[in-house]
Amino acid sequence: MSKSDSLQGSLDLLVLKILSRRPRSHGYAIMSAIKDFSAEVLSAEEGSLYPALHRMEEAGWVRSEWIKKDSGRRARVYELTTAGKKQLAQEQERWQTVTSAVNRVLRMV
Amino acid sequence: MSLWSRIANVFRADRLSREIDEELQSHILDAIEQGRDPDEARRAFGSALRRREESRDVRLVAWLDSLRADAAFGLRRLRKTKVTSAAAILSLALAIGACTAAFRLIDALLLRPLPVAHAEQLYSMTHHGTGFDGKPSSYDDWSAPVFRLMRDAAKGQAELIGISISSRTELTYGSGQETERAHLQYVSGSMFDAFGLRPAAGRLFTEDDDLKPGANPVVVISYDYWERRFGRDPKVIGRTFHLGNDIFQIVGVGPEPFTGTETGTVIDVFVPLMMNGSILRGDSTWLRTLVIMNPGVAIEPLRQKLAAVSLAFETERARGFTDMPQGKINILLKEEISMDRAVAGTSNLQKDYSRSLIALGTLVALVLLIACANVANLMTAQAASRAREMALRVSIGAGRWRLVQLVLVESAWIAILAASIGAVFAWWAAPLVVRMINPPDNPARLALPADWRVLGFAAAMTLGVTFLFGLVPALRASSVKPASALKGGEDPHSRRRMMHVLIALQVAFCFLVLFVAGLFVASFERLSHQPTGFSADRVLLLDTVAAHAQPVSAWNEVVDRLRSAPGVETVAISQWPLLSGIGQINYLSIHGEPPKDPLCFFLNVSPRFLEAMKIPLLDGRDFRPSDMDPGAAIVNETFVKTYYNGENPIGKTFYRTYPKRVPVLIVGIVRDAHYRSLRESMLPVAYIPFSRNDDKGAMQPIRNATILVRTAGANPLSIASILRQEIPRARSEFRVRNLHAQQDLIDAQTVRERLLAMLALFFAGVALLLAGIGLYGVLNYSVVQRRREIGIRLAIGAPASAIARLVTMDVSAMVIAGAAAGLALGMASVRFIETLFYQVKANDSRMLALPALAVFFAALVAALPAVLRAVRIDPADTLRSE
Repeated sequence: MSKSDSLQGSLDLLVLKILSRRPRSHGYAIMSAIKDFSAEVLSAEEGSLYPALHRMEEAGWVRSEWIKKDSGRRARVYELTTAGKKQLAQEQERWQTVTSAVNRVLRMV
Repeated sequence: MSLWSRIANVFRADRLSREIDEELQSHILDAIEQGRDPDEARRAFGSALRRREESRDVRLVAWLDSLRADAAFGLRRLRKTKVTSAAAILSLALAIGACTAAFRLIDALLLRPLPVAHAEQLYSMTHHGTGFDGKPSSYDDWSAPVFRLMRDAAKGQAELIGISISSRTELTYGSGQETERAHLQYVSGSMFDAFGLRPAAGRLFTEDDDLKPGANPVVVISYDYWERRFGRDPKVIGRTFHLGNDIFQIVGVGPEPFTGTETGTVIDVFVPLMMNGSILRGDSTWLRTLVIMNPGVAIEPLRQKLAAVSLAFETERARGFTDMPQGKINILLKEEISMDRAVAGTSNLQKDYSRSLIALGTLVALVLLIACANVANLMTAQAASRAREMALRVSIGAGRWRLVQLVLVESAWIAILAASIGAVFAWWAAPLVVRMINPPDNPARLALPADWRVLGFAAAMTLGVTFLFGLVPALRASSVKPASALKGGEDPHSRRRMMHVLIALQVAFCFLVLFVAGLFVASFERLSHQPTGFSADRVLLLDTVAAHAQPVSAWNEVVDRLRSAPGVETVAISQWPLLSGIGQINYLSIHGEPPKDPLCFFLNVSPRFLEAMKIPLLDGRDFRPSDMDPGAAIVNETFVKTYYNGENPIGKTFYRTYPKRVPVLIVGIVRDAHYRSLRESMLPVAYIPFSRNDDKGAMQPIRNATILVRTAGANPLSIASILRQEIPRARSEFRVRNLHAQQDLIDAQTVRERLLAMLALFFAGVALLLAGIGLYGVLNYSVVQRRREIGIRLAIGAPASAIARLVTMDVSAMVIAGAAAGLALGMASVRFIETLFYQVKANDSRMLALPALAVFFAALVAALPAVLRAVRIDPADTLRSE
């Protein structure tokens, strides 16, 4: 649980980033990707992921589509919109600024 | 996702939930496929419901969704309490409908701007002086010469338009004998241009058509008349008709919305002023003067200027009065002149009915308030039984505002349903009231469009009503304290206190409505039972006209022919019937003294008129065929009292003074009969012979008069059509223009009073019923709420009377307080409507006792079931159930 808490605020960034690399992923794939790329350090809770996805869709950063999977089940996949790409760039930059600032503070000690 | 799609999602919420569920389900299945433990995967999601709610909330407009949910819930609740909901909705519907109908009438008659350019700059001019009866009186008719002087004086500051008071006049199209009546109005040639009106066909006459007396016999017909009479035939342009001895040509049709400026009458034919025979007469007032102010011109200086012009004219004219009492002349010259806004036009209907309509509007508004109080009490009582539900909602996290919304939405349902039913009611009721304003020959025609003004009013009222009865219960419900409510109830008395205040208000308003209705009904009763002084039973009036003026001998031939018709008792002629509103006046000189106030009223009648009308002859004799006017007179008792101090005047001679002195010999005295109006006190009347000589002493032919027939059968109208055919058979020049029973004329005098009495009585009944239902509801509620206490009291031996007192004590105090407040309100408000009363006084003890008795009786009836229920409570039962 403590892991996910530190994710607060950066979940959007992670989701956007993964969607920029792997467009048309569904929710489970995004969650797995976060886990895999972070070497299991980060994990997104289901309870946060879906509201976040829906909120970003609402904001116009991602769009969704229902597809039929090979198994015959329907799945909803997401991809970035132009606005989402811009948002990703901004979030990335903000993240860099914040982390470098935090690092500087940490180095000071 | 746009706002629109979020709004749309509110209404496809089920599908939205399904999609979210499917997505989450698919996620779990993926997880299981990847080898996760199924239970663990599901648990990782937490509450599926909660996830769904969260996702849902971002996908739609949350407040709208909650509103939708509340609306659905509210409707379900209303359906659950069908009977009470229906009662609340119906009572409210009646009140809202009545208010909307009243607004439609008031708007159409008094507020709605005329469909002309500059309606907001329109003013009408009125004289304020002293009437013949010595009371203040105002009138808005002017003579043509003074109008023209004022028009010229106002040039550059305002445009003055003269518009005659419309009259139903005889027209003949083509060469045929068939005449018909149309509402004719003489108007300034400049009117159409000044109002910015465009013709629907042909052309509208202009100032150039209105320059010289009698020069341009052209008319414009109204669109309504064009449609009704000619089926919108374009060939109507150029058609001619006879009006009196003149031939007029139709040159155009007015625009559709314009029905004239006389609100309540739809004009058929507009004629230029210069075609009126009285255009040069200073002693005949027949024009209303409308003023269109130029922008930026101040009213008051213009009013003073016009008043000066009018005064100068009247002063000059007064020099010519030789035989008029100086006091009268002074009064005439002291008249004030006012200019009043006339956005909605100006008419007698407005003058006669504005106060009545506003009074009725106030009554129905009070009924609406009573209905609102009922619904508020109902909601409060329901809120009590819902306290636990509300507490539960608060406990699981519903916000206060959400609870207010929940209850308000329920109120809105009641208000909206009531308003829709009320709209249907108003749709039906408003024209019905207009149809009731139906004096013979001149029924009111009022356009009652249902447009944005009416809809806006209804919508605003619905909203207002919702808050009026919904807000307090809503706030109370939302302020519920979960802990105490779930434990078994907070202070139960606070709720009852509010209900009691509403009961007092209801009783106060109900008392006020009953009180005013009582005054209206009593006015109507007294007016319609006012002795007329003659007998109207079985009297038929044939308004008869000859193609050309006929000698009296020809009229007598017609009368003789009618006498021999079957079913006829007596036949006589009078110039016009009694109580038709028409009068002829003159100043008298008695014993050769200068003319005295008051004026005397005259009516030309044939021999046997008194017999036909059953006016008793007290002394002297009836007219003989040889009596001529001027020469002989039969006078009434008031005449004797006024001019002869009650001494027997038979054989004495008085002088009529206008236009020149002529001697008149008194040959008989009759009992007083109402002459012109039931509302007036008895006037001094001199009946004079129907046969008359002109200035030179030659016998004068007569064109129209009223033939009176007293029939043998009970219903005079049953032989009306036979008599109508009989008259042209006697002399082909004669024709019946119109016929009525004398009773119709009496009824016409009480149209307004009847309307007021009927509607006020109806709403008084509704108010009483609603207040009774309200009282019943509150008492019943308090008995149900206190049944434990009552049960205990009964168990320890309280007698039934003590229980009855316990149950009714608070409420009877409220009823008494309410009645007292209603009485005070009634006394305070009565002076605004005093002019609508006839011979009734507001402080008459009977007028006060009646509503008081009605209220207390209704309270008694309403209290009975609750009291019975209370004393029948079985202590064992109640105590066991708790």
